[in-house]
Amino acid sequence: MSSPTLFSPPTPAITTAVPLTKKILTADHPTWCPGCGDFAVLASFYRVLEKLQYPHEKIVTFAGIGCSSRFPYFVNTHGGHYIHGRALPFAAGISLGNDDLHVFVFGGDGDGFSIGGNHLVHTARKNVNLTYVIMDNSVYGLTKKQTSPTSPIGFKTKTDPTGAIDQPINPMRTLLNTGATFVARSHATQVNHMVEMMTRAAKHPGFSVVEILSECVEFYAGAFDSSIPRKGGTWSLIQEKKHDGTPEDADRHDVTDEVAAFKLAGQAWPGSFGVFYENNVRKTKNVLEAELVTKARERTKNATDLQLLQATFAKMR
Amino acid sequence: MVSPNTPETPGDAAAPSAAPRSIHDVVIRLAGNSQDGIQSVGGFLARLAGRSDQDVMTYMTIPSTISGGPSIFQVRMGTGDILSSGDRADILVAFYQHSYDAHISSLRPGGVLLYDSDHVTPVEGDNRFTQIAVPITSGTVEAVGGAGKDKGKNIYILGLIARVFDLDVQKLAALIKERFGGKNEDIVRNAMLAFDAGYAWPQNNLHDLFYRFEAIDLATRASGRPQVTMDGNQALAYGLLAAGVRHGAGYPITPWSSIMETLRTELPKYGGLFVQCEDEIAAISTAIGFSYTGHLAITGSSGPGLSLKMEALGWATMAEMPLIVVNVQRGGPSTGMPTNVEQSDLLQAIYGSHGDTPRVVLSPKNVEDCFYIAMEACRIARTYSTPVIILSDMALASRIEAFDEPDFPKLMVDPKADLSDRGADFKPYPLDAITRHAPPGSKIGSGKYPTVTGLEHDELGHPTGSSKLHTQMTAKRREKIKKLGASLPAPELNGDAAGDVLLVTWGSTWGPALEALKRINTAGVTGGHLHLRHIHPLPDGLEDIFNRYRKIVVAEINDEGLYGFGQLAMMLRARYANPAIVSVTKTDGLTFKISEIVAGVARQLQSAHLDATLSVAQPSALAKK
Repeated sequence: MSSPTLFSPPTPAITTAVPLTKKILTADHPTWCPGCGDFAVLASFYRVLEKLQYPHEKIVTFAGIGCSSRFPYFVNTHGGHYIHGRALPFAAGISLGNDDLHVFVFGGDGDGFSIGGNHLVHTARKNVNLTYVIMDNSVYGLTKKQTSPTSPIGFKTKTDPTGAIDQPINPMRTLLNTGATFVARSHATQVNHMVEMMTRAAKHPGFSVVEILSECVEFYAGAFDSSIPRKGGTWSLIQEKKHDGTPEDADRHDVTDEVAAFKLAGQAWPGSFGVFYENNVRKTKNVLEAELVTKARERTKNATDLQLLQATFAKMR
Repeated sequence: MVSPNTPETPGDAAAPSAAPRSIHDVVIRLAGNSQDGIQSVGGFLARLAGRSDQDVMTYMTIPSTISGGPSIFQVRMGTGDILSSGDRADILVAFYQHSYDAHISSLRPGGVLLYDSDHVTPVEGDNRFTQIAVPITSGTVEAVGGAGKDKGKNIYILGLIARVFDLDVQKLAALIKERFGGKNEDIVRNAMLAFDAGYAWPQNNLHDLFYRFEAIDLATRASGRPQVTMDGNQALAYGLLAAGVRHGAGYPITPWSSIMETLRTELPKYGGLFVQCEDEIAAISTAIGFSYTGHLAITGSSGPGLSLKMEALGWATMAEMPLIVVNVQRGGPSTGMPTNVEQSDLLQAIYGSHGDTPRVVLSPKNVEDCFYIAMEACRIARTYSTPVIILSDMALASRIEAFDEPDFPKLMVDPKADLSDRGADFKPYPLDAITRHAPPGSKIGSGKYPTVTGLEHDELGHPTGSSKLHTQMTAKRREKIKKLGASLPAPELNGDAAGDVLLVTWGSTWGPALEALKRINTAGVTGGHLHLRHIHPLPDGLEDIFNRYRKIVVAEINDEGLYGFGQLAMMLRARYANPAIVSVTKTDGLTFKISEIVAGVARQLQSAHLDATLSVAQPSALAKK
């Protein structure tokens, strides 16, 4: 390739411009249990794509292993179902392989915080341009009720029959610590909020992650009742700063303030929902790699591949 | 004249008293410490040989500690094909007493010991060798000056060797300038001072050691292209570049790392990228992600890392994703012997994943072949939409050879991803054809977008629990690899087409086996040598070849296992059920010596005659007549 912008292969001419609708985006019927929170996440994702109207062929839906990771089968886009915990590095390959794509990764708390924990940290710190949605039900559902990394102490599972004894992960603190440049939290009972969070995450340049509390009605019913008003819980929405100079604005949350974000993350259960942190300054890995290419191409004076190899071998004579 | 600073004129004042004796090839072993720069002497000699149209092969040991410690570099250079780095040395250069003690046994009878008289006291009156005391350290200090620094004694000895073998001083001086030219001018000048001092070492001290390599028959170099010198890891990396690979991901591990270092440096120039990942699993996952976007990608590692990649590799087989996986084998199991050679990852490469995962496994036979096997792997991965494993090894990774520059204009592969529109009938997993994935970005005529998946699936990629489909899809994945097997060229067969013994090898054992065959034939035993580059699937027609020999001796660097057979031997026995297939194995972490293969064959043939030829020590070509 001799062109300096190589991560974006030429886009084929769009011959049809049919707007994306839920009908077009619907694929296989979900295999989830009736009442599962994941249905609402799926419905919200359709709405996000309807809003954003990306070219159909440029949307990629990817996942690892778990109940929620069946997601790509239910969305009619390019996509795939990878191995347990490793969807993020795969998706990093997709994003860096073709910068033109809109990459969405879905998974659960086991996939993201347990077996894939290391990948979460490194994909986030590299700020690879993609959106990761963690559907957290605080239990291993697909394998029928074992303790998950977010299961609270005392929760009885088949692997902790007398109740979980290990300190669970605080997802928001963990996500902030990874260096992710967009961190938000939502709830599967709040469709409009999910649509807003996922839309903002999709538009964010860089690694954006949304944790969605999504109840497993089969193995952990009522897990998130304390944040559902109609079940007597409290829905505490983060009020973001509007920079309008009003006195009440001083108490609102500055999403660019990392320390404030950590304070929010340290709130007592069930905590707050909304955007915790957003950093639009840090360059994405996609941009940094493209800059390396541009510089390297300049140094080679845009030589062809053949000329480059021949010149390298001439030095080894 | 070598440099303006030359204190005397070696060409005149110390002119050799007689004409040089002609030799075919010579093995020089330099033994010192890792900081002495003996690798760079080896490198200079190797590149000089390449530029002089001579063949060359080097061998080095890298200390497994981080800095310091004993180190050797062995270079064999000469006229015509050089197939191995040589069982034993004709010249030993010993910088220290420990170098002498550890390596004097590697010197052939009649060979030459050049030792640093400032550090080494050899056994007195040892008349097996020509012993020459050279004040390497003090000579260098005297030539270069300064505060007693002996930096440059490697170049001093290079000068001496140049003198003994009548090497092209102009070309060597040019190489030294190229190597040090980027640095301070003083460094080039000091290097040339050391070189000249070594070159001017008084002739009468050299006991008339004066040789010249046989003239090259230029007709044997018909390619018309100049020779290049590099190591196997470099050749492999450049083969991938020529084959249009522009994307890769890896994690550092010895001896694979230098491939990823080369690719990380080179790929941006070609508009590509190489990602250093957090671990081996992320590396293969990112690489498969690249392949999914239509860019055939490479990942790689050494033994332990390949084990970590296995689950993902199984996914690539199931999802039928093209991928190149390089495994530079080292001594195992576990951390094993990271800087030694072994061919013990064959069965892991072929059978390492869970489930039925038909694999493609290739192995290069020498440094040059690392380039071509990389290109071949890419062709196969693309044509059959499958992962391909390249099994290189530590010996190939670290040694330098000279070979003809590849015919790049003919070989270059266009790296462009195919994002063209797919028709309404597009299926990612058709039962009646080989999978051709539609990368994201390509429009699908039916409006139904494909899913790539590790679950058993139907033709469109939907998950299925159907026993019928699992049977059909398993067959689909198997049949395409069988189809590849049927398309493979007949493997290289050397020597007699029938006879007492057929030597079978894979990987870097190619060269020593060919030399062993010559010795076996010379001893009057009929036999041939079959070398496998495509190990899985095997090419057709091996059964008929095997039937023509009394014994089939498979020589490989791994353990004989619980049942007495090395890994390839076990596979060949399982495949051909031929009881004539036997095994010669070893696990000392070193490449095969020619004599070890000959001894193995003698043992298997129960040939007293072959045994007898072994007991005759091979004298050095430098031995005084």
